[in-house]
Amino acid sequence: MDLFVQQTLAGISNGAIYASLALAIVMIYQAIDHINFAQGEMAMFSTYIAWTLIVRFDVPYWIAFGLTLVISFLGGMLIERIVFAPIHQAPALSHLLVFLGLYAIFNSLAGEIWGHTIKEFPSPFPDYSFGGLIGAHQVGTIVIVMFMLAAIYSFFKTTKLGLALRAVASNPESARLVGIKVKWMRALGWGLAASLGSLSGMMIAPIVFLDPNMMGGILIYSFTAALIGGIDSPGGAVAGGFLVGVLENLVGTYVEFIGSELKLTFALLLITGTLLLKPNGLFGRKIVTRV
Amino acid sequence: MNLWNRGIICAIGFVTLTAAISAAEMPGVTDKEIKIGNTMPYSGPASAYGTIGKAINAYFNKVNAEGGINGRSIRFISLDDGYSPPKTKEQIRKLVEKEKVLLVFQSLGTPTNAAVHSYLNKKRVPQLFVATGASKWSDPENFPWTMGWQPNYQTEGQIYGSYILKNHPDGKIGILYQNDDYGKDYMIGLKKGLGDRSNSMIVAEESYETTSPTIDSQIIKLKASGANIFFNVTTPKFAAQAIKKIFDFNWKPVHFLNNVSASVGAVLKPAGLEKSQGIISVSYYMDPTDPHYQNTEGMKRWQKFMADYFPEGNRKESLNMYGYLVAQTMVHVLKKCGDNLTRENVMKHAANIRNLKLDTLYEGIEVNTSPSDFRPVESMQPTVFKGESFVPLGEIVKSGNDKIQ
Repeated sequence: MDLFVQQTLAGISNGAIYASLALAIVMIYQAIDHINFAQGEMAMFSTYIAWTLIVRFDVPYWIAFGLTLVISFLGGMLIERIVFAPIHQAPALSHLLVFLGLYAIFNSLAGEIWGHTIKEFPSPFPDYSFGGLIGAHQVGTIVIVMFMLAAIYSFFKTTKLGLALRAVASNPESARLVGIKVKWMRALGWGLAASLGSLSGMMIAPIVFLDPNMMGGILIYSFTAALIGGIDSPGGAVAGGFLVGVLENLVGTYVEFIGSELKLTFALLLITGTLLLKPNGLFGRKIVTRV
Repeated sequence: MNLWNRGIICAIGFVTLTAAISAAEMPGVTDKEIKIGNTMPYSGPASAYGTIGKAINAYFNKVNAEGGINGRSIRFISLDDGYSPPKTKEQIRKLVEKEKVLLVFQSLGTPTNAAVHSYLNKKRVPQLFVATGASKWSDPENFPWTMGWQPNYQTEGQIYGSYILKNHPDGKIGILYQNDDYGKDYMIGLKKGLGDRSNSMIVAEESYETTSPTIDSQIIKLKASGANIFFNVTTPKFAAQAIKKIFDFNWKPVHFLNNVSASVGAVLKPAGLEKSQGIISVSYYMDPTDPHYQNTEGMKRWQKFMADYFPEGNRKESLNMYGYLVAQTMVHVLKKCGDNLTRENVMKHAANIRNLKLDTLYEGIEVNTSPSDFRPVESMQPTVFKGESFVPLGEIVKSGNDKIQ
């Protein structure tokens, strides 16, 4: 029973990690109708910026935290304006290639600037563990993920800007006709996704340590989370994150055949299974196209 | 007159002929220079190791500045392979066929060296002192042109096994290992060291993939198994996570950490020094940051070398010391060859190193090889982490001379 509780709690803390990055993936999908494969590396890069501010320039944590969100927001917008604006008419495959290019660029740049040895990243929460079961930072991460979710949800559902953003993703032509500045909406989507990503990076780094490859494995799990929950549903992505985190631990512990060796395979099976049985995810909208 | 002419022609012919023969037998060697090839990950995921290549180059510069090897200077041609095996293949072919190097020295990485393993052996080009801890480099019967240098992972695993058997005979061992050849080599070594007791002493084995975000789940399982000895076979990032986690989960086993991650700066500091107290590891050369060794002659020589020939290199980085030591071994072999710098003779001397002491190997650890023993460094010093550095713990342990499969 002890083992069950511990594995479940560890699964929930891992799930919070997956959920936070999955939210950034959902955000960008809402804005540009594509999945950004460089989302994890952008988040990692933002986290290095935060690290530089905190450790090198002695900026207090919360100020550095805010600055990083702003810098990442501007950086995300810049990437859209410089890299993606010229190719926004190009087919999805061209976008995919540019995403992969960005992935490589951010990864190598971070290695070049900050080196490949792992770095300790400070946590804003006390170094405390609840009965050796779950750390204060993990609990804090869960709270922040919930807060992110609420913010995104109310942004899309209750603000005009959120509505405009959704309109641009689903039908850019019509959106332009009703007077929405499509160009800037896309850039805004990129900015918000980069900002969310940086938040997720700053929550993940104290747990897995900061290094240029920090997000590699996490991105796969976050995709799984986003796909299970439904790629256009923030709530679904968070639920998906927790589900993946808990399931992989319990299955790894109690299903002898899977064990620790096939945990990642299990995540990939979940993706395939979801796409086969429920292509829009558990909470996703069904999209019907009129012919 | 006629005779005289004929004599000159003969003499010229003879000289050209011997020159041609010696050139054929000693590729990469002229009267002034010895060409040595190498590949390093100067870019890509393993680029942190690139500094080894720079340290070696600096050491060869020092040797050249001090007169070279029997009058010849070393030309070290070190190419970037980005830790990508196909690229290694391309670069090594270039070195062998275009540059015509005498030998390949210290190429880094297990998959990268594996990609050129049979090629170099077929071409009969020495693949000397490769920078990897896999066990397959010490196989003189099947690969007589390849030799490792550092104690291999199996040797190291075996040393932990003997140590545990001697000092914790009633221990219950839980293992966390990376699910690849590196992790499995350590397991084989440990089991060999434990001998008949391995089945009863090892109570849990958990693996992780390099793509795993965290290893929390594995640590929970190991703790639940009732193990009181934790054998930690992980790379730096996961090692730091494990140190932090077992502390947070209130698990207090005797903690053995593989040498791969026994770095104060790169692992223990990020994990927290107070959480790292009491960790046991093994090592064969001094930690450049360890205050105990700052005043030894060897350490002073290394410091001076760094200041004079590699001032941009990090003097806290143990990889720079590693490069220095392995380059010293190479120079020793080349000097022994004298003027007979054929590939055969290089291999002969590489396989006949006797009690070679190097500047910053631990006292009592020497380099030894023989035609049937292609494992230059085989002894290690157990160390325990106290305060801010690893300090020696007990005596040097030598792994058995028997061939490890």
